[in-house]
Amino acid sequence: MSSSALINRYTWYEKLGIYAGILLFLSFVLAPFVEGFFVSLKPLSHLFSSPYRFWPDDGSLEAYHTMWQRVPLLGRYILNSIFIAGVGMIISLFLIVPASYAFARFEFKGRGPLMGGFLAVNMFSGAVLLIPLFRLMRTLGLLNTYFAMIVPGVAFVIPTGIWLLRTYMLRIPRELEEAALVDGASRFYTFRRVIIPLALPGIAVVAIHSFLTIYAQQFIFALTFNSKTEYMPLSVGLYAFFGRQEVIWNELMAACFLGILPVFIVFIFLQRYLVAGMTAGAVKT
Amino acid sequence: MTTRRSAVLFAWMLLLPALIYVLIIVAYPLIDTIKLSFTDASLKRTYDWVGFENFTKIFRRGFSDIIVRTFVWTFFSVLFKMIIGTCAAVLLNAAVPGRTLFRVLTMPPWIVPMAIGIFMWGWMYNGQFGMISGLLQRFGFLDGPFPILSTGPTAFWATIVTDVWIGVPFVTIYLLAAIQSIPTDLYEAAWTDGAGRFYRFRRITLPLIVPAMITMSMISLISTFNSFDIIWILTQGGPSGQTTTMIIDTYRTAIGAYKFGEGAARAVLITIFLSLFCWLYFRMVNRFSGEAAR
Repeated sequence: MSSSALINRYTWYEKLGIYAGILLFLSFVLAPFVEGFFVSLKPLSHLFSSPYRFWPDDGSLEAYHTMWQRVPLLGRYILNSIFIAGVGMIISLFLIVPASYAFARFEFKGRGPLMGGFLAVNMFSGAVLLIPLFRLMRTLGLLNTYFAMIVPGVAFVIPTGIWLLRTYMLRIPRELEEAALVDGASRFYTFRRVIIPLALPGIAVVAIHSFLTIYAQQFIFALTFNSKTEYMPLSVGLYAFFGRQEVIWNELMAACFLGILPVFIVFIFLQRYLVAGMTAGAVKT
Repeated sequence: MTTRRSAVLFAWMLLLPALIYVLIIVAYPLIDTIKLSFTDASLKRTYDWVGFENFTKIFRRGFSDIIVRTFVWTFFSVLFKMIIGTCAAVLLNAAVPGRTLFRVLTMPPWIVPMAIGIFMWGWMYNGQFGMISGLLQRFGFLDGPFPILSTGPTAFWATIVTDVWIGVPFVTIYLLAAIQSIPTDLYEAAWTDGAGRFYRFRRITLPLIVPAMITMSMISLISTFNSFDIIWILTQGGPSGQTTTMIIDTYRTAIGAYKFGEGAARAVLITIFLSLFCWLYFRMVNRFSGEAAR
């Protein structure tokens, strides 16, 4: 038996402690999801009965059905969210991929400060820049359009994207580009035909990261720059709808779970790459 | 020489789109904020310079309470995130059956749209029938319904709990990666010398993940300080201002009341604090890498 296997042998009480700790942590992390899901299955009368009952004894999909009718634009909100995140993802890739290549491979004056400058963008939340962004969007005539939510969203995924992809590109051997250049290929051709195909897994990580981030964080820009119901993303749509009246909790939870579905599907298939990519770049600094 | 120059030119060509984008969307607004903070700008298109009036006005109206509250809020949120995240990372690193599944299960709060997670917490905090109040009543800790979000102190801590919940998965995964990057022969050597599990943790794991912990606490310090969605959706800064942080106050002033100038002055103050954090962070990183080199 190797020594690492011996090191990792636990006594029964150590195992018990580890499992108890993990269980405690996971119940904190998952409680709102479990409770929210159960609430979405309960009829309203069950919800407001005393004493508190956790389990949905008489569960049904009733709330999903009524909510779909009561919030007529729910499907539209979800599609809006996907559209904003999707277009934002594409724009951000066009900006991130070339810039990360420049930072990964070329020596030029001001490279260090520029990389630092990009990272400094992470310092600002949308809320700090909201007033001038509002004025800018008004001047550009973008208020109450999808672009008012896409454009600022993209700016805030660029720094992390560049950072992640640069780390990935540094691992691609230089010789491959040098060989292509010696064969007489132009730099742009080399970038397009050698680097991009080799960096595809890294680009995929950045794409998913941009999509999920923009999908998750469009609240404040959407709240401020858009007042048209039909352009609202899910977060603001639900906020506006349920904020106006007494909250019908089982229906709100049902709407939430429909909104989670798209990200959940993306995540299930891609979580391994996402986690590996997110942490690889970070830990090495 | 010419190939070098063409390489530099090419690099700038690749860089320019992202650079211009960030300059327009982030750098220009930042300059505009500073400019606006010295004016009485509002929805009207014309405005006048007022000098430092916005800044002196801020401090006349009990703004120091909001600053203190923001720091207390941020401090406890980051502290809990780091403690819980570190413990969870250590536990999830243990070689027990099922750990891959456990690791995946930590991530939902991080990937789910923030607003949706907050709506779910809104129900958890519901005074009559939400899970927290419900369980407390059931087990006899409370006599009747307790409206968590309508009482100042509990609302304050409730927003912190939600912020911790949203931030903790990333801290956990990040620190887990840091733990895994520690070379195993260090542990094997210590084990051969007869060092116990706790000793190995204290003398190997902990010192080696300190740099990652500093980086992470800085990242979460900045994002927590900037946190808007959680407080806005749960309490909108209430009850009677007891969860109003600087960001919430800025939003209220600028977008809620259209006092762009006064809002901008608050944003400038926030930016100054954030720059201070960053400066502090780089100083700490430098000192640590200096010590490691010695």
